Amino acid sequence: MPGDTTPSALPAVTVPSTRAPSTGSPVVEALAGKRVLVTGATGFLGTALIEKLLRSVPGCEVIALVRPSRRARAEERLHREVLRNDCFDTLRAALGSSFEDVAASRLHALAGDVALDGLGLDEAGRDEIATCDVVVHAAASVAFDSPLDAAVEVNLLGPSRVADNIEAVAGRRRSLRPGRAPTHLISVSTAYVAGTHPGKATETLSTQAMSSGAHARTHTTVTTEVDIAAEIASARRLRGDLEADSRSSARLRRFEAAARRELGPAGTHVLAERAEKLRADWVSARLVRAGRDRAQALGWPDVYAFTKALGERLLATEHPALPVSIVRPSIIESARSEPRPGWIRGFRMAEPIIVSYARGLLKEFPGTPEGVIDVIPVDFVVNAIIAVAAAGPDPAGSAVYHVASGVRNPLSYGHLVDLVRAWFTDHPLYDSAGQPIVVPEWSFPGRGRVKRQLDHATRALGAAEQLLALLPVRGSKAALAGRIEERRARYERALGYVELYGAYTETEARFAVEHLLDLWERLSTEDRLSFCFDPAVIDWDRYVLDVHLPSVVSHARVRTSPSRSVVASRGERGRSAVLAPARELAAFDLENTLVASNVVETYAWLASRDLDRLQRVALAGRLIAEAPRLLALDRRDRGELLRSFYRRYEGASARMLFDAGRELFSDLLVSRSFPAGFDRVRKHRALGHKTVLITGALDFVVEPLRPLFDEIICASISTSPDGYLTGRLERIPPIGEARALALSEYAEREGIDLANAVVYADSVSDLPMLEAAGYPVAVNPDARLSAIARRRGWHVENWSKAASGVRPFAPLAPRLRERGVRGGSISAGGVNGGSVDGGGVNGGGAVRGGLPA
Amino acid sequence: MSPRPGFVLEVDRSTPPALFWHGEGFRLEQLPPGRSRIVYPPEPLEAAPDPAGAIRRALDNPLGDCEPLSAQLRPGMKLTIAFDDVSLPLPPMRRPDVRQLVIEEVLELAARAGVDDVVLVAALALHRRMTEPELRHALGDRIYDAFAPHGLLVQHDAEDPSELVYLGSTDEGEDVELNKRAATSDLLVYVNINLVAMDGGHKSVATGLASYRSIRHHHNPETMRRSKSFMDMHRSELHTSNWRMGRLIARSGVKVFQIETTLNTNTFPEQFRFLERREWEWTLRDRLSFLGTSGALERMPDRLRRRMFHSIRAPHAMTSVQAGEVEAVHSSTLAHVLAQQLVEVEGQTDILTMGLPYICPYNVDSIMNPILVACLGLGYLFNMYRNKPLVREGGVLVLSHPTPWAFHPGHHPSYIDFFEHVLAESTDPLQVAKHELAYATDPWYVHLYRTGHAYHGVHPFYMWYWCAHALEHLGGVVVVGGNPAAVRRLGFTPASTLEDALELAAAITGPSPTITHLHSPPLLMAEVT
Repeated sequence: MPGDTTPSALPAVTVPSTRAPSTGSPVVEALAGKRVLVTGATGFLGTALIEKLLRSVPGCEVIALVRPSRRARAEERLHREVLRNDCFDTLRAALGSSFEDVAASRLHALAGDVALDGLGLDEAGRDEIATCDVVVHAAASVAFDSPLDAAVEVNLLGPSRVADNIEAVAGRRRSLRPGRAPTHLISVSTAYVAGTHPGKATETLSTQAMSSGAHARTHTTVTTEVDIAAEIASARRLRGDLEADSRSSARLRRFEAAARRELGPAGTHVLAERAEKLRADWVSARLVRAGRDRAQALGWPDVYAFTKALGERLLATEHPALPVSIVRPSIIESARSEPRPGWIRGFRMAEPIIVSYARGLLKEFPGTPEGVIDVIPVDFVVNAIIAVAAAGPDPAGSAVYHVASGVRNPLSYGHLVDLVRAWFTDHPLYDSAGQPIVVPEWSFPGRGRVKRQLDHATRALGAAEQLLALLPVRGSKAALAGRIEERRARYERALGYVELYGAYTETEARFAVEHLLDLWERLSTEDRLSFCFDPAVIDWDRYVLDVHLPSVVSHARVRTSPSRSVVASRGERGRSAVLAPARELAAFDLENTLVASNVVETYAWLASRDLDRLQRVALAGRLIAEAPRLLALDRRDRGELLRSFYRRYEGASARMLFDAGRELFSDLLVSRSFPAGFDRVRKHRALGHKTVLITGALDFVVEPLRPLFDEIICASISTSPDGYLTGRLERIPPIGEARALALSEYAEREGIDLANAVVYADSVSDLPMLEAAGYPVAVNPDARLSAIARRRGWHVENWSKAASGVRPFAPLAPRLRERGVRGGSISAGGVNGGSVDGGGVNGGGAVRGGLPA
Repeated sequence: MSPRPGFVLEVDRSTPPALFWHGEGFRLEQLPPGRSRIVYPPEPLEAAPDPAGAIRRALDNPLGDCEPLSAQLRPGMKLTIAFDDVSLPLPPMRRPDVRQLVIEEVLELAARAGVDDVVLVAALALHRRMTEPELRHALGDRIYDAFAPHGLLVQHDAEDPSELVYLGSTDEGEDVELNKRAATSDLLVYVNINLVAMDGGHKSVATGLASYRSIRHHHNPETMRRSKSFMDMHRSELHTSNWRMGRLIARSGVKVFQIETTLNTNTFPEQFRFLERREWEWTLRDRLSFLGTSGALERMPDRLRRRMFHSIRAPHAMTSVQAGEVEAVHSSTLAHVLAQQLVEVEGQTDILTMGLPYICPYNVDSIMNPILVACLGLGYLFNMYRNKPLVREGGVLVLSHPTPWAFHPGHHPSYIDFFEHVLAESTDPLQVAKHELAYATDPWYVHLYRTGHAYHGVHPFYMWYWCAHALEHLGGVVVVGGNPAAVRRLGFTPASTLEDALELAAAITGPSPTITHLHSPPLLMAEVT
């Protein structure tokens, strides 16, 4: 390992005190008084670059090109997404209260977008560009699986757009900054534009390599002739074609069916939203695949390298006269020492792979153990860019600099794996049961084998998931389905990593760093300390074990101790949010939220009240025979199910049903209740929240719950003038979307903002109501709602049913020895009960004549 | 052959393992020989021949300063018959229930006298309302069908201000508030089943028909600590307070005709005969039925096991009935209860062990939750003594019960919250009592008590006060085979085997402690000398 020439501790922070520094550093002096424009400021590299410029190059001014978002202006984004990043912690600590002043005087935001022609700049913006001495173009769509058109717009066209702007304002620059050199464009590319094939990749543009013809096959650079204009046009047309195709009737029907499969009877709006999301995802997925296929067809590993390579070519062919330098880093990873060891922004390429491995998901990752994995810490790339900026453009033409470690200080893939394994053996992650996960030993299989293994696991889990979705499970069992889904998604992601990144661990290209080392040789000793970018100084063991892995683990949301506190605290947070005094309203569904019962049971109980043993068996038999039809009806249309059941109450006495309701509640509903649910309602009341029950159940069934609620919104059957039920509902029952409506009407009446409302419900059919509230809570959710709640970060409560008492399992009323003494009954067939009869008992006078025998 | 009295067995190496109740099941446990003894209950007394005749004779020949019932009945009068609720007897007795027999005789006399304003009141106090099947069981279908449909069979509602009447306060400042119908009747007949020595006397009316406002004066930690034991009315502050109230009720002009009945300890049906026999006398049939029952119980789901046990109807038989003036009747009753249950035990013990059965007064047709486990062990069974407790001060009580973290949501809603919130904070009865008023006045609990079948919101507090004397007296409580979390919540120590429990207990009592096992139920009351 080459000698470590920089101290591992942070270099002293240079506090910029005056505008005209005399530091004795040629780099700092070269950039003194210069204006540096940075694109991609909110990215990993851009953030680090701005920080370093502010910290170590005191004389320069930095302009960040930031795309305004829908919610924030460019300045706000710069402040929030760049300056507040922990990248600036070191500088902030060093400067103390003057940090804001320094940032305000030396850093400005310029609103613009590299995906737009003209960068979306106005006249003033163009003037800003004209005053810039250096432009660092670091904006890129770095995902290796970007949709083709997005990658083309940003990566392929981006550099040329920036160059167009610089050239367009060249005249203006001469008048604004007379005597200054033309603006120097430093375009950040990637070493992998050369492809991943074995051989030496030189620091030349592919256009240069192509023109040197005879040597084409002695290096790895992909030199396939590509008609760039045609690529751009076809990517844009493909987007249009797919958008159109996705709107064809056949496709729309499929999206709708898929949404229904996923969400069930969740209501029109929710289903429509989901279907539209599926459509957009479908288009995007097609474009991703198209990008990968096109890249690989032309010899690049993925759409990122492909579009970056074409971007370089386009820049070179369209702007031959512009002073341009190309910086091509390899795989950028966490900082070795600046702004602090291990600093990283975002979850990048190697991190998810490492975490998947540590979680035991990725038992293997393809790659050749003796192959070189070309990694470079972000601070080395930043320093190289600054050195290139200070050195200025190469008068001989566009210069290319690889910032890569593979040739100068190679880290073999096998060694990296050994280090990772050793580290996680010492610092294991923990599974949900608090058990340490043992990391597997890798055998460096081929990519095909790993993919097959992951594919099998994914499919097996997918099948289990579908099976579980068909079962009527709830609560913790449905959460099992959720866990399986999560696991499958992780496997899918792992599979994705193998597909995406497999090429990089199998890379056999060697990226030459001759230009980079030339630049290094020219640095003064002091600058070598402040702006170190010689890969030889990296001690890989130390970097991997002490810097990178601890940083990766602390960024990943993983268990690093056996305690379960992380998960518990998430539940606690959710609970304290819904039980905050500031909430104003808590709405509850009844069935399966407060009580594990349903209309069928209720009916069976009421109907069996006056039956003898034989009739009970007959009633139960009829209901069981009907069950498949009822279940199907419930899945299709809950309203229809209710109507069909409620018709059976026709002719029953209303008074009698209200009496029976109490008994029904005590005998059946309470024994099926979730006591924690009732406790929750009471807690909300104690906090002064309004409580509302919204249910499709009938009024006489929920009447005993009235003291718990400020308002009960339920179904009711109209009553004839003589007090018997007609079997027809009085109004549309509050189910599905009607619930959301009923809730919002109630909230409006009470002057309550639904953003402050908590809604408790158990099923996807309640989605409209859940979505309407600021605090949705999934109670004992079924598999589908469980998945949705997890994805959206909704609070989930798994309330357990009360202990089974001594009442029988079947939802039948207790059998009494003598019958015929009660007035009014629901006949088992469903119609014409209501016979009020005195039963021939001579009641009050009983005593006078002795008891009836 | 006359029934054998209870006795105390010294455990030696030849003693077979002793039967321990364990909730809805049993365990056979070997007690350490040489320092253990087992207290067995007396065998059931003979039933009184011709119960109906005995009842008629009692009504015609009242005790104390009291006229025969028939002489007190006249046309146009307002008659109320109150009766003990579902908490008595345990287990529920086979039909016909004693209450039915007594009330049928009373109604017969009333009909003959031409009384037509008769109302039956279930004397619930703050217990849960009885269900229709339970009322039918206690009173018989004939009485139920004659009264219930006309609203003449009611259950005392301690939370209905319009149905309560305030009679005044005792010398000690105790408020007396009673059921209005009962207190304003020309005659109140109270029908008791005196299963244990605590039941009956002035407590019947003063507690059974009272409201929270009244009951709180004697159902509190101070009173219960000064009742040593509450099964012995002469040393029970609980009874002293009830007697003061009873005398105030009498002074207020409420005429009470007290009827008290005693039962023998014939507690379990034929197939459970082994429960009532001494282990070394088990026949082959007893052994087989024990093995068969235990094996079947192990394989049964909770719900079924509970159902099986709660469908047991005891073959209890009436041993005596007495009627007339409250205090005279009660002292005669006590003699009958003690004749059946009293066992002489010499000296106290370091460790008292008991197996707790599936039932206590407050979980008929229900679940024995952890609070009731504590109440049955430290409240009821611990207090089944006269003179001094079976276990010495600072000794250890070892209970055997599965103590599941399970509650009947309909019967015991406030218990759930009490267990989750109050006991989690403190198990000291005085600390616990600070939350009493909030639970007693909680509108949701009141609603469930009045319209559902829930015990009053304050009831779990009373269960805990019931343990107050034992908690103060004992050095520790160990529960064998219980849910550890639930046992710890009660403030007790969990143990998985009796052996472990005795080890844990010895850490408190000192080495080689003496052990006494209470072989009950059937019920027994220890006369500790």
